Amino acid sequence: MIYFDHAATTPPSEEVLRTVNEVMTRHYGNPSSLHRLGEDSDKLLRRAREVCAASLGVQSAEIIFTSGATESNNLALKGAALQYRNRGNHIITTAIEHPSVYECAKQLQVLGFDVTFLPVNGEGKVTAEEVMDAIRPETIMVSIMHVNNETGSVQPIEVIGLQLMATQPKVLFHVDGVQGYGKVPISLKESGIDLYSLSAHKIRGPKGTGLLYVKEGVSLFPLLAGGGQERGMRSGTENVPSVVGMAKAVRLAGVGVQARMLKLNALRKQFIEGLIEIPEVILHSSLEGSAPHIISFSLPGMKAEAVLHMLEEDGLMVSTKSACSSKAAEPSRILLAMGASEAAASSGIRVSLGEEHTEQHIELLLASLNKAVSRLRHLKGGH
Amino acid sequence: MMTYDLLLMRFGEMAIKGKNRKRFEKAAMAHVLTILEAFPRASVRKEYGRFYIMLGGESAPAVIKELKKVFGIASISPVVAVASELEAILHTAASFMGSQTLPEGTTFKVNARRVWKDFPHSSHEMNRLVSGPLLRELPSLKVDVHNPQIELRVEIREDQTYLFSEVIPGAGGYPLGTNGKAMLLLSGGIDSPVAGWSAMRRGLEIECIHFHSYPFTSKKAEEKVIRLAHVLSTYSGEVKLHLVPFTEVQTLLTKAKQDSLMITLMRRAMLKIASALAEQNGALALVTGDSLGQVASQTLPSMNVIGRATELPLLRPLIMMDKPDIIQLSQEIGTYDLSILPFEDCCSLFVPKSPSTNPNLRIIQKIEATSPELTQEIEAAIVGTRTMVLRPGVQPPFNEGEEVIQEDWF
Repeated sequence: MIYFDHAATTPPSEEVLRTVNEVMTRHYGNPSSLHRLGEDSDKLLRRAREVCAASLGVQSAEIIFTSGATESNNLALKGAALQYRNRGNHIITTAIEHPSVYECAKQLQVLGFDVTFLPVNGEGKVTAEEVMDAIRPETIMVSIMHVNNETGSVQPIEVIGLQLMATQPKVLFHVDGVQGYGKVPISLKESGIDLYSLSAHKIRGPKGTGLLYVKEGVSLFPLLAGGGQERGMRSGTENVPSVVGMAKAVRLAGVGVQARMLKLNALRKQFIEGLIEIPEVILHSSLEGSAPHIISFSLPGMKAEAVLHMLEEDGLMVSTKSACSSKAAEPSRILLAMGASEAAASSGIRVSLGEEHTEQHIELLLASLNKAVSRLRHLKGGH
Repeated sequence: MMTYDLLLMRFGEMAIKGKNRKRFEKAAMAHVLTILEAFPRASVRKEYGRFYIMLGGESAPAVIKELKKVFGIASISPVVAVASELEAILHTAASFMGSQTLPEGTTFKVNARRVWKDFPHSSHEMNRLVSGPLLRELPSLKVDVHNPQIELRVEIREDQTYLFSEVIPGAGGYPLGTNGKAMLLLSGGIDSPVAGWSAMRRGLEIECIHFHSYPFTSKKAEEKVIRLAHVLSTYSGEVKLHLVPFTEVQTLLTKAKQDSLMITLMRRAMLKIASALAEQNGALALVTGDSLGQVASQTLPSMNVIGRATELPLLRPLIMMDKPDIIQLSQEIGTYDLSILPFEDCCSLFVPKSPSTNPNLRIIQKIEATSPELTQEIEAAIVGTRTMVLRPGVQPPFNEGEEVIQEDWF
């Protein structure tokens, strides 16, 4: 089996598995307990926070541990919207956000907030000018993902952040960094980011764990009330083993970003070069300006699910659309936003790469894909 | 961004104190050398009234950040060094100024100094020779010889010529330990670490004393104090911390059933213990974080009664400071975030509802005199004191027992 669905989730690394196992076995104390078992857990939590903060180039006190990116994004958007509603009721985001931002913004609309969903161009990108033009006196935040989970398109986060910092210092800037961290370098401080979401399981960490960077001085209205953990912003007994595992994953992902980028880019180039030989293919990920690990394409008229299962017969796991929305039969919101036809948007396939892949793996994938396409070609639409 | 070759460190008021200058410079040099241990490529050279740090490729901002902790230093300037030849100087001056963001109308002047008299152009000529091309190449610049925003200094020496303009304030005060040693009463609060830093800045060597009431207070409270002392050690290269078991003394004092005087009695017992520790360790003063009127024990009548418990000078660096200023200092020296951690220290547990702001010395003395065990318990506390040495960069020794954190987990 070769796993080509790293954008959905990643196989946890050996080191992370060992860490989680050992910490879970030995340190089951509640970090809030006053006895030694509790103190030990608290120490581990503190060190994990330091490690995550150092990897992101921020301070420990700016890291909030959560149950994952969905929670981080919900906390960032709703927490900021509710906290700063006295500043205004306008939020800017894009048409291609992950559902945990997109649906959150829709909920805020129901609650009376005014949301601008910025359109994207054919490459799936917004420009800094469009963001700045959308700002009004009552704008409280801008939320833009770093790397799109379906197409790998990279947004100009640094340019947007710098312009916001220079001209709109009061407007909060949230970045969903889930697909970007460890794949495309980013500096939170230099990009003027106020809130940044991460998920552990996208970077070979455990599931059910994530973090939200909350810049010093920014307050959020807590979504989970309770025992006041995480400086009151996120109550709930901390998931110490997973958090320590995440710290390890965050560190390893941060350290290897340059080498990983080079390797994945080479594999991606190899795959795309083979892919565009197939006449039916419509490529959604540009060769330049996209993240190194995601390739999105469509085979209009061929049922994506059929392609997926044919590849699966050869032991190759790919995805249709994103994992979170692939069970629904509707066309991809992201691809439609990029201007794809209904047929293309309904037949999107996503291949996402990991460090363990080799040139041989890509060759196998291309061969299998060619085989599937030639089978489906005769079926006229694959139905 | 310019790449700097060296840093110029200037001494402050101590430079004028003739006889002691050598001793002061030696202490400051020792402090600099400790800090440079973390920057192996950098080295230091001493000259009259100045230190030069040869960066050797170390990052100037990172080294400056640490050297700002050296007491006795008035200011630091990052310097670009170049061969003492006119062409090279002009070229470097252009890139030096060109690397800065210069808004329209930025005023500047060139201040050249020919230390090496064999250089063919005088200081005065050099001012003109350097500023001429700069004004032509950088149209946003304007000359103002009286009150310039940027003063480009050009120091022509035999080996090299130094160019610099930025003057970054140093810590000031006196070099470490040049004014003797004192004991700091370190609680877990905001004030006492700032008092300790202020004392160190003024040339005092500091040993910290902390009174703990385990098991009434948690080990976390103690750990917090260890961390605070550890931060202080980054300013001195080493700090001793004495942990005094205070529970028995406190328990005994509560027996007097004088709730409103409890704080006064406790503070006096602390001063007695601190004085004994001062004598053991050769310190000549006690330093506290008292700030006039801040709490009941810091009113003038309270300080009068409490202060009489010791014969040593009581130094109170923060006595006339306002709380916001103290908080700002604690943020600058890096103790604030630790200080606000919510762990109770020994005092907060025994704080009465309405502590006296005007205790009566005679009543206090009477209570102390009628408690024969008090002297014994104070003695026991002194004997039971644990001492640890904290050094920057070395993980402080926390609670006994196995090491919790396994590095390969992270």
